[in-house]
Amino acid sequence: MTTDNNTKAPVNLAKDVQKDHSQLMQKEMIRGNYKKLAEAVDDPDKKVVYTFVPGNLNELIQCFDVVGNYPEINALQSAMQKKTGAYIMEAERHGQDEDVCTYVKSDLGMMRKGNVGPSGDKIADPDLLLLSYTGCFTFMKWFEALRHEYKCDTTMLHVPYQGDGIITSNMRDYVVKQLKEDIIPALERTSGVKFDIDRLRENMRHSAKAEDKLVRVLQTAKNKPSPIDSYFGGIYYVGPSFSSFRGTPECTAYYDALWDEVNARVKAGQGPVTPEGVMQKERYRLVVEGPPNYTHMREFWKMFYDEGAVVVASSYTKVGGVYENGFRHDPDNPLESLADYCLGCYTNLNLPARTEMLENYINDYEADGLLINSIKSCNSFSAGQLLMMNEIEKRTGKPAAFVETDLVDPRYFSSSNVKNRLESYFQMIEQKRNSSAA
Amino acid sequence: MKCFIGIDLGSTTTKAVVMDENRDVLGRGITNSRSNYDTAAAVSKQEAFIDARFTLMERAIGKIPGAGDKIERLLSDLRRNFQKTQFLEQLKDLEQTCDLHITGARFAGKEGHVKETMFKIFNDISTSAQELYAPDVKLKSDFFRDIAGSRFMRTAENEAQLAGLPFELLMNVYDKAIIEVENRPPEGDLRGKFLQGLEYLVAENSDIGVDYEQLRAAVSDTLDVELEETYVVGTGYGRVRLPFPKEHIRSEILCHGMGAHIMFKGTRTVLDIGGQDTKGIQVDEDGVVKNFQMNDRCAAGCGRYLGYIADEMKIGLHELGPIAMKAKKVPRINSTCTVFAGAELRDRLSMGESRADILAGLHRSIMLRAMSIIARSGGITDEFTFTGGVANNESAVQELKKLVKDNYGDVKINISAESIYTGALGGASFAQRAVMG
Repeated sequence: MTTDNNTKAPVNLAKDVQKDHSQLMQKEMIRGNYKKLAEAVDDPDKKVVYTFVPGNLNELIQCFDVVGNYPEINALQSAMQKKTGAYIMEAERHGQDEDVCTYVKSDLGMMRKGNVGPSGDKIADPDLLLLSYTGCFTFMKWFEALRHEYKCDTTMLHVPYQGDGIITSNMRDYVVKQLKEDIIPALERTSGVKFDIDRLRENMRHSAKAEDKLVRVLQTAKNKPSPIDSYFGGIYYVGPSFSSFRGTPECTAYYDALWDEVNARVKAGQGPVTPEGVMQKERYRLVVEGPPNYTHMREFWKMFYDEGAVVVASSYTKVGGVYENGFRHDPDNPLESLADYCLGCYTNLNLPARTEMLENYINDYEADGLLINSIKSCNSFSAGQLLMMNEIEKRTGKPAAFVETDLVDPRYFSSSNVKNRLESYFQMIEQKRNSSAA
Repeated sequence: MKCFIGIDLGSTTTKAVVMDENRDVLGRGITNSRSNYDTAAAVSKQEAFIDARFTLMERAIGKIPGAGDKIERLLSDLRRNFQKTQFLEQLKDLEQTCDLHITGARFAGKEGHVKETMFKIFNDISTSAQELYAPDVKLKSDFFRDIAGSRFMRTAENEAQLAGLPFELLMNVYDKAIIEVENRPPEGDLRGKFLQGLEYLVAENSDIGVDYEQLRAAVSDTLDVELEETYVVGTGYGRVRLPFPKEHIRSEILCHGMGAHIMFKGTRTVLDIGGQDTKGIQVDEDGVVKNFQMNDRCAAGCGRYLGYIADEMKIGLHELGPIAMKAKKVPRINSTCTVFAGAELRDRLSMGESRADILAGLHRSIMLRAMSIIARSGGITDEFTFTGGVANNESAVQELKKLVKDNYGDVKINISAESIYTGALGGASFAQRAVMG
């Protein structure tokens, strides 16, 4: 039993969490990466590159035998371990304002407290800060703060925003030019390893395979019942392909294992696996926009599965790459394809494109409605969300609702408020169904 | 007779509505939510059933030859005398409960003296019931705690002085006892109380204008009607605490949307300002909710804010609106934070601003916040209904009307005198539908 910060209302959570084999596999992969980051602390030959999830260049990074570290992933992992509250307060003590992105504050606070990662091991300082800028201005300020702190080499890939909703050849060329002239030289400089384009091609082959499999898994949510939850479960499913593992054979192996599990559930007509086992009755199919809350993930998820609500598609599982429209990392055009990947990330899409994507999800996945989880400290995601919501309601005729939480700041998850709204929303869907049937 | 009940368990008050098979409202009941939601639900439901009896009595008395224009007065007198009976019963309970608390080391050697003083206090309050429930006297509150509490304080202060006892000692006994008493729903012999009320009525005025035997028969026949508790739906912030199965619980969004629709069929947008939340709701032509927005994480600018301001000013909640209406200007006050409100208030008073002006500014700031929630829910495109306890505040209503006109032009604004029952009304309607389809 846990107690909510704000209401002191007891919430019963099962002690024995049900986990799929693939989830355990992923856990091992993540543990392995943290181990490498820890080993690099005392090994000057092991070079460490800090970079972000959206628009990450993992296939390229892998070519230089460096270890990748993703600060947002550290923050979300720490949040699930209930550590971010203290990190955020530490960052605030050192001058970060209340409204600053809580990913940033968690990271800075963790650094201030010795940079001990979620695995319990120290994370090595960066040798290179590689900023792939894809639509979130905060990322730039974040790395600026880290550069100030670590005084290490820093390089930035400027990815033009898809303001007009298209990728032009100029945009692509601009990114490729930066890859050639700034990013690759920086990685060579840091690692001492010469860039080998064939190695990049090989990594991209692995990526494309994994991306095929990821899309296949996510699209099983079109089944009724959906065998997966594309939001709460989805964050696990996208994990390997969004981070240090994309472009590796182990990533592909992970998706094979995941596919076996999900496909078995499709065949058995089963719903998604929740922390309390397979969800029994699917009553509501939702599309969710916005990142999840990581500090109360299980409690938040429980509010859905207790009511038979499953998320069939979400935008958050596209922040590290949009693959459903056919894009794959292309070994035959490696740099151009890296450019297209970065340009096409969800965070780099304009509002009409994001709106259309969500509208398509509602139609393609036969969802009952749209739910927006607006993140208090993420202006990048939140700007325009109400506009999108109203537009999607108009286009689809499906009801929408809005809840507000935060990424990793436990102070901004108000359990009773969120539950109150979700219950209202589910009943609203029910009422609408009944009135349509009458 | 089948009855369908909606109970709206709010953070400040709990409301109940009893509806018949034809979706006609038979009765309404309200009580303070206390810290005991079960009791609040039980009391409000009982109050609504009592009110339902009065509705049935109205129908029955209407059939007495010559009743015609006397019905309203008769019912009002009957209700008043019934309330007096109930008040005296609860007062007796309070006195006995106080008596049980006059024990322990603090009272050593003076139990008898304290009990004697308490007896005098309660005797005085009991006597004052005659004037409290006299014809044409308007009570400041419907709640026993408020009525008995204010009388007790006034009398105890004087009696404590005369008896040479500390006032706090007497208040402490009262404070312990009132919690127990208000968490004990009034005893069930309603028939006896109705008939006692009728006796009081005749005693204070022998010329009631209709034949007494026929009146007594009408009251008695009405009391014989079985009011079956067919289906109950609970809603409101405390609904999860209601002792009902899950299918009997509805969100307050749906209930307020439906309740507003029942009150005003043309409603398309609803604003509800309750104790701790403000809701903007869009409904369709059948009262089905299309969209909603609520205040988040923070209850700034909700009903409790006004309660806090009233406490700070040491005035009753119901006095805020009338004072604000006397304002000569409306200062701009941006903070609707309940915690900051006290400081803001004191600061402005020290700067020489009038209480009326400050209150008008505070009412406006609440409504500005409500306007933001309405805008986020989709704005006002057609008929608009304002519900919740704050809808009874004339200053709040005045500011709302101005802001609606400024932002959305001339739209029809509905405010019902029964607006506080909107959620319970919606709940009762869902209860009726659950059974009757």
